[in-house]
Amino acid sequence: METPLTQHISFDRPCYNLRDYEKNGGYQALRKALSLSPESITNTVQASDLKGRGGAGFNTGMKWSFVPMNGHYPVKYLIANADEMEPGTFKDRMLMEGNPHQLIEGMIISAFAIQANISYIFLRWAYKKAGRLLTHAMEEAYAAGYLGKNILGTGYNLEMYLHTGVGRYICGEETALLNALEGKRATPRAKPPFPQVSGLFGKPTIVNNVETLCNIPHIINNGPDWFKSLGKGNDAGTKIYGVSGRVKRPGLWELPMGVSMRELIEDCAGGMANGYRFRGALPGGASTDFLVEEHLDINLDYKSVAAAGSRLGTGTMIILDDHTCPVGFVHNLEHFFAQESCGWCTPCREGLPWTEKILLSIERGEGRPEDLQLLETHTRLLGPGNTFCALAPGAMEPLQSALKYFREDFEKHIDQKKCPWR
Amino acid sequence: MVRIYIDQKPYDVKPGKNLLETCLTLGLDLPYFCWHPAMGSVGACRQCAVKLFKDENDKTGRLVMACMEGVRDNMYLSLNDTAAHDFRSQNIEWLMSNHPHDCAVCDEGGSCHLQDMTVMTGHAYRRFRFPKRTYQNQYLGPFLHHEMNRCIQCYRCVRFYKDYAGGKDLDVFAAHNHVYFGREKDGVLENEFSGNLAEVCPTGVFTDKTLREHYTRKWDMTMAPSICQHCSLGCNIIAGERYGALRQITNRFNGAVNGYFICDRGRYGYEFVNDPGRVRQPVIRGEKEGRNLFESLSGILTGGKLLGIGSPRASLEANFALRRLVGEENFYQGISENEAGLLRKILAIQHSGHVYTPSLKETEYADVTLVLGEDPTNSAPRLALALRQAVRTKPLENIAGSNIPLWNDAAIREMIQDEKGELFMAYPVNTKLDEVASGMLHAAPEDIARFGFAVAHYMESSVPEPEGLPAQTKESARRMADLLQKAERPLIVSGTSLFNEDIIQAAYQIGQALEKAEKKAGLCFVLPECNSAGLAMMQAPSLAMAMRAAETGEFATAVVLENDLYRRAERSEIDRFFNAFKNSLVLDHLENDTARKATVLIPTATFAEGEGTLVNNEERAQRFFQVFMPKNEHIRESWRWLDEFRQFREGTKPDELRELDNLLEELVNAMPQFKGAEMAAPLSDFRINGQRIPREPHRFSGRTAMLANVAVSEPKPPVDTDSPLSFTMEGYRGMPPAPLTPFYWSPGWNSGQSVHKYQSEAGGPLRGGDPGVRLLGNAVHFSNGFHSASPAAFKRQMDEMALVPLTHIFGSDELSVLSPSVEGRSPRPYIALNSLDAERLHVSEGAILKMRIGDQVFDLPVTLKNELPEGLAGLPYNLPSLSGIAWPAKGVLTNATV
Repeated sequence: METPLTQHISFDRPCYNLRDYEKNGGYQALRKALSLSPESITNTVQASDLKGRGGAGFNTGMKWSFVPMNGHYPVKYLIANADEMEPGTFKDRMLMEGNPHQLIEGMIISAFAIQANISYIFLRWAYKKAGRLLTHAMEEAYAAGYLGKNILGTGYNLEMYLHTGVGRYICGEETALLNALEGKRATPRAKPPFPQVSGLFGKPTIVNNVETLCNIPHIINNGPDWFKSLGKGNDAGTKIYGVSGRVKRPGLWELPMGVSMRELIEDCAGGMANGYRFRGALPGGASTDFLVEEHLDINLDYKSVAAAGSRLGTGTMIILDDHTCPVGFVHNLEHFFAQESCGWCTPCREGLPWTEKILLSIERGEGRPEDLQLLETHTRLLGPGNTFCALAPGAMEPLQSALKYFREDFEKHIDQKKCPWR
Repeated sequence: MVRIYIDQKPYDVKPGKNLLETCLTLGLDLPYFCWHPAMGSVGACRQCAVKLFKDENDKTGRLVMACMEGVRDNMYLSLNDTAAHDFRSQNIEWLMSNHPHDCAVCDEGGSCHLQDMTVMTGHAYRRFRFPKRTYQNQYLGPFLHHEMNRCIQCYRCVRFYKDYAGGKDLDVFAAHNHVYFGREKDGVLENEFSGNLAEVCPTGVFTDKTLREHYTRKWDMTMAPSICQHCSLGCNIIAGERYGALRQITNRFNGAVNGYFICDRGRYGYEFVNDPGRVRQPVIRGEKEGRNLFESLSGILTGGKLLGIGSPRASLEANFALRRLVGEENFYQGISENEAGLLRKILAIQHSGHVYTPSLKETEYADVTLVLGEDPTNSAPRLALALRQAVRTKPLENIAGSNIPLWNDAAIREMIQDEKGELFMAYPVNTKLDEVASGMLHAAPEDIARFGFAVAHYMESSVPEPEGLPAQTKESARRMADLLQKAERPLIVSGTSLFNEDIIQAAYQIGQALEKAEKKAGLCFVLPECNSAGLAMMQAPSLAMAMRAAETGEFATAVVLENDLYRRAERSEIDRFFNAFKNSLVLDHLENDTARKATVLIPTATFAEGEGTLVNNEERAQRFFQVFMPKNEHIRESWRWLDEFRQFREGTKPDELRELDNLLEELVNAMPQFKGAEMAAPLSDFRINGQRIPREPHRFSGRTAMLANVAVSEPKPPVDTDSPLSFTMEGYRGMPPAPLTPFYWSPGWNSGQSVHKYQSEAGGPLRGGDPGVRLLGNAVHFSNGFHSASPAAFKRQMDEMALVPLTHIFGSDELSVLSPSVEGRSPRPYIALNSLDAERLHVSEGAILKMRIGDQVFDLPVTLKNELPEGLAGLPYNLPSLSGIAWPAKGVLTNATV
């Protein structure tokens, strides 16, 4: 089984420096890419069917193809979204701490493909170690002529900057990230216009997730067909999957796209910890719908997870066990989402704290029968399109599915006027 | 036109608009908060949700925000769709979850967009059972009261204050459901347009602090359409009264003039009307008591020649009535010869028709602007706000190909970033507009004029090049000439502020050169006062000429109309003037030095107590209407007094009916240059279905009770013989003609947001056209020629400093500074110096300098302004304690401590 993304990652030793990375084939993809036309790189990436690993799952090459290449836009930007703040998600951290050069190489190729001359890594503030390693790796790349002016003598220039956020979940939303990077409030923007046309400082911009960008060198090296062959079913490539919660071995694994949920939980994570029973899982971070026992055999690719009523999201799963109160679990999440609302649009700013308060009151035994109706109304009205960005609709996903799969637990709280788990 | 279908009904609508403004134009009620017609859409509040269908067969549809969706042909949408309706209702419930529901004690109540929208969506029962979040309020200065708990986070305030008006000290802080709109810490809001927040805010977070001092509900106010009296732009306002006191000024939309916004001087300068120092009784000095006024006056009115001094702050009608009383040949403008000369020059230019005089709205679309010798933020504030929009014209054109609709405000601002069009500011000191300017020149007035001549020279070689210009000035003049020539809609702004005729000439030369190059150039002049243009158009001689005439001794009485002459010339000169007469008859509403000098003082009406017509800087004649009949019968409009005096003098019988109409008719007959002024608003006999237009909203309360402590029977309401407005709540309830609109109200729309119902389309001109009649087409001949010799350079003089008047929005206007709130924002007297000059005088910042101008001596603290050219000192213009300086002036400065 091929694991291109993690092949050079080992936490038993320091991460590769530039020399080691080069020795193991590093920056060969860049050399190759610089000899190709930008359009052909975009076409290759599009043909590989690489989909955005940040959660939305949009075809990366297609996203790039919307960037105007007619020469009317002298300033363009490429941005790595390293603001990994989805609860339960820590895959990008592993990639950056394990092999920072892989990200940098992927970024240079991607920037070349859209002919951007400035790139940023927007890094979550808490990722101090990643920050140190990336800074060092960037210095090495500059010194080796992979970054800066006239890269490898091709005449192509690219500056790269590391920008550290201040720890706001909304900065993971690409347009809010752009505003934050401009020094403005981290408020999302309405689309259209899309960042590909009017992004950072109003210039054409591509924002890609770290994992997405890390795939680029491998696609350039091995071609789109190879990449497609890595996937098991509907989707191409490998994916960093993760499991957290009460399993025997929580962690991250690079697996073929489309591995089944059962394989991931039982084979990789070693199954549930002793004495704990599986009740459900959020398959791709906190903003995805619960999947339950009946879904254990579905394949973890974008289409199959969607068919089961959830989203693959970031592919990092949080497991709910039978010792944990689902109401408390969801309340915890809604507390997070309400706090991380940027405050721009009404439904999210006012609706999320309301759901949070209702959930807390149910958890405290102060719930009222009409509360479930009110929660359901919120899950419906905070849906996509009603709010300004995807934060609130994402926040409603665990809640709406919890109301569906764990309804009797909610009702017990209200009937018994207490949390049965306390 | 494109065809759209709303709830199955077809409508043909304008393309390029968003769905929200389209629905409002169609008269459909769709609630909204964050959208503003002047500021566009950002999609934040989510209140205007509608159902949009893919095509006529789609029955599911999806919710979209109407403000963020452009109109397309064959669009199918629904406002009444249950899902859309439920969402809008739920959205209000969310907004209201933390709102304090304190309508009963909130200043906004009855004029609150949030109330209106809440009722409109049908949200009535509260399900949110948790504690509300609360905030600390801030002290924001004398103009606005802050009550953050009421905030519904629509972001309009910061979008207006920061994005539209260029303010720096209001922002949004914190996040999630605790966002806070205010200052970084308590303090006075600095921006000159802050008062608009009271109207921009859809609820009671920012409310008019002066209204709070004497609070009345909107529905309890008697209101009339009026014109701002505090600068030459003639912004349209609504003035409201109760119990004989003026309570509030709000913006009155005029698409060609002020649009949705007025400045803080205009909003808060009204309190002089309520000043305890008002003249309330006719005063006849040295007269035995008990005689009736006309008996006492008969000697004055019938014996001896009268000399009349008009006023640029009095209406056309008042000035004309005085002219009729004293005779055309004995009527003088009450302004200095210098000022009169400047105005003659400007009017000659405007009436020559050589260069286009733009409306205020049109200045917003200039792509290259040159400001010569004006600081619009202080001398014509609303123009400064327009110029702040004008600097966006060019960048907006640059992104026209991006297919982002103009209403998509956030996206447009994102694309434009900090890009600005060309605005060049030439003024002796830094101005607030410098921050959006692409070029600046700090120079003496003479050198600003020379710069202007140089610009003209580089466009039109027949204009002589000023000699000895510094290379840098030449370079920026050449660049400016180039920019103006390349512009589509170049604009030159100039005016009278620096009392320099050459600056005006230079502006004209530039305008002419552009016209010659077949550019549609705009030439906008800022004038000193609200009716400066109207008075100057009467073509009477200046105050200096009046002084000369007085010295002949042939006049028995000086009649002074609403004019404090002691502000216009040195005290000794005015004293000498008055001493040349046996009597002086002064008509004014306020005690001032001239009023104190009068042998007969007649109390007059302010703009709030009478009707009249003003001519603004673009020669737009606009009518203001009486807001309330003063209880004090002695307080009458100047024109009424003067016309009565004339009739008394001529022995004719007073004709009270249609007095104002007749006066206007006579005015136009006597001076055809005013033709059209009579049509600025419908005349007094105008009726709709036989009905007058009520000044009071139909919910006006307490009419039968408000005077019950005096008498239980309800007094007969006063009859207005001069206008089609009534002083009651009875009358025509529909849409009045635009110049007669006393307030904005429409069923379900109690707040001022209802203005869109009065417009031909949301954000567009008022129905029937924006009010005001421009008099520019009328032929008037001014003798002043168009000389073209370029002026000499400014020369520093060792013995005397040249003084330059620095206009202040708060302080330089005679009437508004009497409002306590405005007075609080006005600067203390100072003298501004370059630090090299200060060194020479051995003074530092704050030290006191003695300044002698003629026979007047002032002690003034020093303010260092290093951008001032050496040898030039700046003096705040027309502060109450610094008036009576004949501009342009020179002064001898000495160190007070030496």
